[in-house]
Amino acid sequence: MSVSTAPLTETSFALALGLLMLAPLAVAGMALINTGLGRSRSAAQSILGSMLMVAAAALAFALLGATFADSASGTGHVIHLAGKQWNWAGTGTIGLSGFATAPARAQLGLLFQFLAVALAVLIPWGSGADRWRLPAGAAAAVVLAAIFFPLLAHWSWSTGWLAQLGANFGLGAGLLDAGGASAIHVLGGLSALAVVWIAGPRRGKFPREGLSTAMPGHNSIYVLFGCAVAAMGWLAFNTAGALLWCDVALSTLPVIAINTWLAAVAALAATYTVTRVRFGKPDASLCANGWLAGLVTSSACAAVVTPVQALLIGFVAGIITPLLVEFLELGVAIDDPAGAISVHAAGGIWGLFAAGVFAPHSGQVLAQFVAIATLLGFVFPLIYLAFWLLNRFVPFRVDADGERIGLDLHELGGNAYPEFVVHRDDSYR
Amino acid sequence: MRYAGLLVMPAGFFLAVAAIVLFPDPARRAVFLIAGLAVEAMGLGVAMRGHMQSQGEHRS
Repeated sequence: MSVSTAPLTETSFALALGLLMLAPLAVAGMALINTGLGRSRSAAQSILGSMLMVAAAALAFALLGATFADSASGTGHVIHLAGKQWNWAGTGTIGLSGFATAPARAQLGLLFQFLAVALAVLIPWGSGADRWRLPAGAAAAVVLAAIFFPLLAHWSWSTGWLAQLGANFGLGAGLLDAGGASAIHVLGGLSALAVVWIAGPRRGKFPREGLSTAMPGHNSIYVLFGCAVAAMGWLAFNTAGALLWCDVALSTLPVIAINTWLAAVAALAATYTVTRVRFGKPDASLCANGWLAGLVTSSACAAVVTPVQALLIGFVAGIITPLLVEFLELGVAIDDPAGAISVHAAGGIWGLFAAGVFAPHSGQVLAQFVAIATLLGFVFPLIYLAFWLLNRFVPFRVDADGERIGLDLHELGGNAYPEFVVHRDDSYR
Repeated sequence: MRYAGLLVMPAGFFLAVAAIVLFPDPARRAVFLIAGLAVEAMGLGVAMRGHMQSQGEHRS
């Protein structure tokens, strides 16, 4: 899926711009979900941290990241290997200089990437809830926005080597990922895994004896409303991405929007059923995870599947997600309050695979396999290494006292809900 | 153990890249790509196992 350089018609330009004006709703929804799934004593820190990470990411992407992500020039840093060109980084100008005169398609592509990087950096923030310090979160956002996101964006949405797998090796149409399952969601989900490994679990989450301690989110209204808000942003990302990166006809946009919606509702129905059967009652936060997982899968495949296939893909995501959330917590002792590893990493990988299976191109599934292998085998170890080094200079984890009193008081000096009476925390044994 | 797992994972990536470079035949490509993904899954499993061990030692 290499980006077209043909100029956009005025209608396509106006439509894509209008859709991208709605895309920040996905970012707002994600911030609400992260806040609601954390504890009340860290709520203000969580929402402020979301804004801070978005700001840090935008600055880093503007100053440096956009150079590597470059989808405008049609060129790139190239390695010649086995008689093929492996385009691994963009060659844009530093600091966005000269971008005001770039073609309309390139400018819209850059706007898409600015919004996409904001969403990507918020994903690990929810996993580090209640223990990840603001400066460390902002520093991690800078690393993701300056290095990892731009490279993945270039590889999948531009003339990068994953997008060129079709032209160079006959693997379908190259990587198919119009909505950013790889560059946004799998990147964010794998970053979340690196964060929870480095920061460790919340104090008292895994006591010496017995099962893990339940630490439910403090506001399921934020979480579920965040899901509804995020869905609008997702509709915008998937349709605008299909216009910009796949050059689809305008008449196909309603189907892409319907596919996005069907994947989400099927996933919600499946998660509702699974949690109802397993626990006797449906679980609100897991249902929110299921809804989001459906949206994440649609990011990869909404532009290339039929509505029935989207329904099936979302349904499978909705079954896998709650089971994986439970396994990671109880089976592998991973404390991921937002469920981002299951929702974004696993959901994104499932979406990429499903797009390969159902896309009408021969060999497409192999292109998707190469992308998944790149994310897991190349990007993830590098993210872990980068975050491990970052943790040496900007410690990720708050001290024990700060975690006890809550990050609102510790980092901001005031609570999100000052009228609340703070009770002794029974989870500290 | 976690680091050992993380060091194994790039081997799977290079196996996947080698598959598309070395084998024009789709069947062989698919086999090697799946083998590469299996190596990555194994590395991730080892890293998870290492995480569980360290959690067991530091339970609060």
